[in-house]
Formats: sequence, structure tokens, C-alpha cells
Amino acid sequence: MRERDARAYEAVHDAADFTELKRRYKNFVVPWTIAFMAWYLAYVACNNWARGFMNTQVIGHINVALIFGLLQFVSTFAIAAIYGRFANRKLDPLAAGLNAKYKRERRR
Amino acid sequence: MLIPLAETGNRTLTISLFSAVVAVTLYITWWASRQNKTTADYYAGGRNFSGAQNGLAVAGDYMSAASFLGISGSIALYGYDGFLYSIGFLVAWLVALLLVAELLRNSGRFTMADQLAFRMKQKPVRTAAATSTIVVSIFYLLAQMVGAGSLVGLLLGVKSEGVKAGVIILVGALMIVYVTIGGMKGTTWVQIVKAVLLMTGTVLITFLVLLKFDFNISKLLGAAAANSGKGEAFLQPGLLYGKDLVGQIDFLSLGLALVLGTAGLPHILIRFYTVPDSRSARRSVQWAIGLIGAFYLMTLALGFGAAALINTAKGSPVAESKGNIASPTLAEAVGGGAGSVGGSILLALIAAVAFATILAVVAGLTLTSASSFAHDLYANVIAKTKPSEKSELRVARFAAIGIGAVAIALAIPAQKLNIAFLVALAFAVAASANLPSLLFNLFWKRFNTSGAVWSIYGGLISAVGLVVFSPVVSGKPTSMITGADFAWFPLSNPGIVSIPLGFLFGVLGTYLGKDRSSEDRYKELTVRALTGAGAETASKH
Repeated sequence: MRERDARAYEAVHDAADFTELKRRYKNFVVPWTIAFMAWYLAYVACNNWARGFMNTQVIGHINVALIFGLLQFVSTFAIAAIYGRFANRKLDPLAAGLNAKYKRERRR
Repeated sequence: MLIPLAETGNRTLTISLFSAVVAVTLYITWWASRQNKTTADYYAGGRNFSGAQNGLAVAGDYMSAASFLGISGSIALYGYDGFLYSIGFLVAWLVALLLVAELLRNSGRFTMADQLAFRMKQKPVRTAAATSTIVVSIFYLLAQMVGAGSLVGLLLGVKSEGVKAGVIILVGALMIVYVTIGGMKGTTWVQIVKAVLLMTGTVLITFLVLLKFDFNISKLLGAAAANSGKGEAFLQPGLLYGKDLVGQIDFLSLGLALVLGTAGLPHILIRFYTVPDSRSARRSVQWAIGLIGAFYLMTLALGFGAAALINTAKGSPVAESKGNIASPTLAEAVGGGAGSVGGSILLALIAAVAFATILAVVAGLTLTSASSFAHDLYANVIAKTKPSEKSELRVARFAAIGIGAVAIALAIPAQKLNIAFLVALAFAVAASANLPSLLFNLFWKRFNTSGAVWSIYGGLISAVGLVVFSPVVSGKPTSMITGADFAWFPLSNPGIVSIPLGFLFGVLGTYLGKDRSSEDRYKELTVRALTGAGAETASKH
């Protein structure tokens, strides 16, 4: 049983589709993770070291600090939506095909 | 005057609503218990929850009383700076969404340790992961229970230590009942009900606040700045954090722990096992981000609304409660003021929502610790032979009783600890001890047993150790221990040092351990994590 599982995993691992799945996943998450972390840390840093900029009033009592904070919400919602769309379209079909391959291999 | 809410004469109403919350949650627990047959039912709710249901439950687990009352209270007292916690708490979900949720769903079974044990030596990694799971959960649990004691005391208008202890014991007893009887299915439904109640209550108060200011945000902010007595500074960074260089580094350190802690919180991680596949795990996080984000945006209206409409000056009841009763007091004010029918109803409603929030979160934490004890420590380390499902479940239920009892015993003397500090510490430990090993295991082939063990214990000990030698514990008038000074570490938040240490220990342990056997199953782990091949499936009822 264990032997057969290991062989099936091996077969999926060596499939061209799996290499492609890994590539797509990494190419998405690495740059986006760097981007949202940098964007968040920039916000934290501005609260510490760019107070003059943050205190600038934009409309009435609404200042840059508040807008910067609200933009963190906007970017989080947006990245969550973009990732969901990307995963549904580019990752799920490949994963489903490979999962089916795994089931076929195990039955052999 | 510490107890303004008793005078409103709506204690009966508050107590009846509290009882209603207890009755509904107990009914759910009893209903869920009839379907608890296997370990997958008890630990993972049969993996039959939909993405949306689990998203609500995740949000329910995450929006603790500390964030509901704490963040809005902090904004009420410190303005803009009070808002900063919620941003880290929200952005953190992207780490969970992109790097952890789906892969963990596919490669684990019931606990955080499962994913490590997939390719490492069972005993050492399960012991280490169970230790940090239980430590993080207990810190978090203490925060909630200490909060429950003082909160319920404040809301009911009693301040005797005996009543607070009584409330802690009652909350502890209820959470033991939910967890031992209802398991994950019962606990998840309790979270869902709580999340719906919390969102509804918050939307209502937010609407009433904005109505008072003609839905003009600038007008609300202006009124808050004026009424706070601090002027424009109330809307700018600096009232709470970053007063000098040490303060600024401390704030950066806090920000790091908040953003990296979420994806290492065991009670959040095991939520991803309650759905049938990785796609639903993704949907749950998306739902959670939407709900939590909307909730934090509303706490802005609540916090600034409280600053604008009620007395938050030094010596006022709200300031005396460290902001914790800002939201309930605001609810009373927008409902028509103290003594009015509308005010009394809204106050009682928000108090009941806060109570439901506490009950749900403590239940989730107790379940997490009990599962880890039974599944990781008992079944895979302590027991000589693999125990039957039945005996493992019995141990899980006893563990829930034991952990509940420990939490009650620790919470009563811990009354004086700062709740926000306990929560921040839980996040720092989660980010330092749990996240490095999770990420290394998924993305670094060479990572091995000793790397995992070093990283978990190393991160755990550095995070807790640095706090012990920080001004939080000694050396300042506000410290836990006054009259002694062994605080050589200047920051209150250890994250900026302990998180890199957690990763560094992982690398060191891996190379010093030399063991390469964990590489054999790395192929299997990546295939399973990315494709879901061979992953656990939903149970059929």
C-alpha cells in the first residue's frame, strides 16, 4: 500500500504539469508576498519616522495617515481577490488533473 | 465611579440576554454531539463545512473580545494610534492565504504538528509542536478569561473580586462543556452564531453613529478630536507609540509580530481542516478577510464615535476601564442615552454580544489545546501502541477538562495582567515558534527534524525569555513586578529579535542535525500540498 502510494506520488512529481504548477504558484506568491510586506512595513515605518507627511490634512479632518491606513485595507482586499481569481483559473485545473493522475497511478 | 452601567436598571435585561446566549450555544452543542462519532468528527467537524461557513467561524475565532472591545476602546482613548493593531491583524491574513491555508489543509489531518510529522520523526516534532500549541493557546486563553472577568463585572455593575472569579469559573465551565460535548462541530457552529451576532451588533451601532454625523467622516473625526481634548493630535500618529527611538523600534517589533503571528496561531490553523478541500480553505480565508476587514473598519466608527459622543477624559469610567467599556457605553448613548429604553436595550445587546464573543473564542482555544494533547502527545508520544479512536477521543475530552481547569486556575490570580499584552505575546510566540517551522517544512527540502525542534523551542524560549527580561515584567512603575529591575531587554515586544531567531534556529538545527531522511518524503509533501492528492477527505454521514 505504502509502496504504491510512494510510486504514485513519484509519478505525479515527475509530470510536466506538476513542474508547471509549482512554477505558477511560486511566481505568484513570491513577488506578491514581498510586495504586501514591503507596503505594510512602509506604513509602519511612516508612522514612526515620517510624521510630518502622515499629518498632512487632505480633506477636512482626514489626513494622510488615515488614508494610508485605509489603503492597507484596500490592498488586502484586492490581493485576496486577485489571488483567488488566479488560483481558480491557473492553479485549480492543473491540480485537479494531477490529482486524477495520482488516483489512476494508485490503481495500477 | 467605576460602575456606571448598574444605575441604568437594565441588569435584568442584560442577564436575560446572557442566559439566552448560553441557552442557544448549549443547544447547538447538544445537537452537534449526536454527530460526533469518529476522530475526524471530533477534531475537524467531519470536514464538511463550506468555505463561507468556515470563513464565518474563522472570523469568529479571530475577532475576540480583545479586538471588539479593546481596539474600539483604544481608538476612543488614543485616537489614530488605537487603529494600528487592526491593520497588522488584517494584513496578516495574506500570509495565511498565500503561503499557509491551502497547503496545510492538504498536508495535515487534525493539528499543526501533523504537517511537520508528515516527513519528520514523530516523537520529537510532535512534542515540540504540541508544547508551543499549548503555550500559545494558554496565553491567548488567559487574555480572554481575564477579560471576561472584568468585563462581565463592569457590564453587570459589580466590582467584587469574588464575582469576577465566579464569572471566570462560569466561563471556564461553559467552555469545557462546549468542547467535551460538542467537539469541533459544536465549537464551529458556536463561532458562526457568534460571528453573525457580532457583525449585526457592530453594523447597527456603526449605522447609528454615522447617522449622528450625517455620514460625514470628516465631521465625525473633527468632533472626536474636539471632544477628546487633544485636538488634531488625536487623529495623528504618536499618542500611544513611538515617542522615542526605543518606542519606535518597539512599534516596528509589534507590527512584525502582528503581521506574522496570525498564520502561526494553532486555533486558526486547525480551522482549515474543517473544510473538504483546499479550494474551500481558500474561500474560508477570503470570507474571513472580508468579514474581519469590514469589522475593523467599523471599529473606527465605534472608537471615534465614542471619542466624539461620550466622556473619555482622564478619570471617566471609560478611561478607568482602559477603554474596554467604550463600545457598550457608546451603544447606550446612541440608543438614546442612559436611562432611556433604547439605550438600555442596545447596551444589554452589545454586552450579550461581547459575552458570546468571549465564550466562543475560549471554546476554540480549549479545543485546540485538547486536540493537540490527545492527538500529538497521547496518541503519538505517550501511548506505547497506537490507541483506538475511542480511547484517543476519551483522552481529548479529559484533556479539555484539564486544560479548562488549568486556565481557570491561572486566570483568577492573573486578573491584573494587561489583556493587550497577553494577546501580543501570543502573537509573538506564534510568529517566532510556529511560523518558521511551518514555512521551512513546506518550502525547504533540506529542513529536518532537528531543524524543526530547534526552531520551535528556540523561537518559543526567545520570545517568552525576552519578555521576562523586558520592562513589561520589571524595572518600571507599570511592570508586573515592582521594586525589582532585571529588565536588560529594552523592548516590550520581542518579535523583532525572536522571529528572526526562530528562523535562524531552524537553519542552524538543520545543518547541525545532519539528518537527511526527511528529504525522502519531501516530494510527497509538495505533491500533496499543491495538488491535494491523497489529502484527507470529508467524512460521509
